[in-house]
Amino acid sequence: MDRALLAAIEDGLPVVSSPYADIARQIGTSEDDVIGRLKRLLGEGVVKRLGLVVRHRAVGFDANAMVVWDIGDADVDRVAEKLAAQPFVTLCYRRPRRLPEWPYNLFCMIHGRDRRTVRKQIAELNASADLEGVPTAVLFSKRCFKQRGARFSTANMEPAA
Amino acid sequence: MTDPSLDAVDRRIINALQGGFPVCERPFDAAAEELGIGEAELIARLDVLQDSRYLSRFGPMYNAERLGGDVTLAAMEVPRERYETVAETVNAFDEVAHNYARDHRFNMWFVVAAEQPERIAEVLCQIEIETGLQVLSLPKLEEFFIGLKVTV
Repeated sequence: MDRALLAAIEDGLPVVSSPYADIARQIGTSEDDVIGRLKRLLGEGVVKRLGLVVRHRAVGFDANAMVVWDIGDADVDRVAEKLAAQPFVTLCYRRPRRLPEWPYNLFCMIHGRDRRTVRKQIAELNASADLEGVPTAVLFSKRCFKQRGARFSTANMEPAA
Repeated sequence: MTDPSLDAVDRRIINALQGGFPVCERPFDAAAEELGIGEAELIARLDVLQDSRYLSRFGPMYNAERLGGDVTLAAMEVPRERYETVAETVNAFDEVAHNYARDHRFNMWFVVAAEQPERIAEVLCQIEIETGLQVLSLPKLEEFFIGLKVTV
């Protein structure tokens, strides 16, 4: 039943007064059951969030930078906590290095209105976590070729790239 | 797609509902009350916003790993003159959820997500075969928590 529920809402919630009752009818259960299940799935983190997903560019967030660093494995958690605490950082992940092509293991996403502001924020970020001299790269996005909220079969994703 | 400009109420709606949407019998009523508007107005505005270019979706964000699926971030170094063709090849896979051009030697970055974890490797391998280019796979090893939210 959890799977049926997740599949029923993957493309979006019905925008009607009692959306959970609509979904319940669709999958053959009660509104209470749908509400209970959704609350549990949110609590367990299977559903990360329920709500609006904005297209950053359309709402004026034209500058989207992926900032990456090569941080010593022993320091990465400590540094990441500092970076993640900055309000303009929207995602922060540790990922594997792929040597020799890709030496970076810590990734942050910053969404901002323009590149100048984002560059300033990156400087602040480096200062806040004492990262002067650490190997780093800034990858601004130039164009988004595909941004869709994915299917259940392929998982609804955070804009991780 | 309709393309209205956002007024102050639209902006408040977007800012508030990015963080979360109530799970109760009359969720729009509850959300509308928080926003100081009526349920009918919220529903009407969301109807319009949903079809606008501002929103990609109104619904759930799943944790693929928790569902038994898997996700990775992939990067490719694509020669400029082949960029459009390679983008078409990559985007043709249902498993590819986002694809961004970035200004770096690795200039194409996309997310691959699949319900069957082994499907990820298949897709990446297929992309390498079809394009003749190397694909770096950089799956998430650890996530540091932040609420994803922009103020419009």
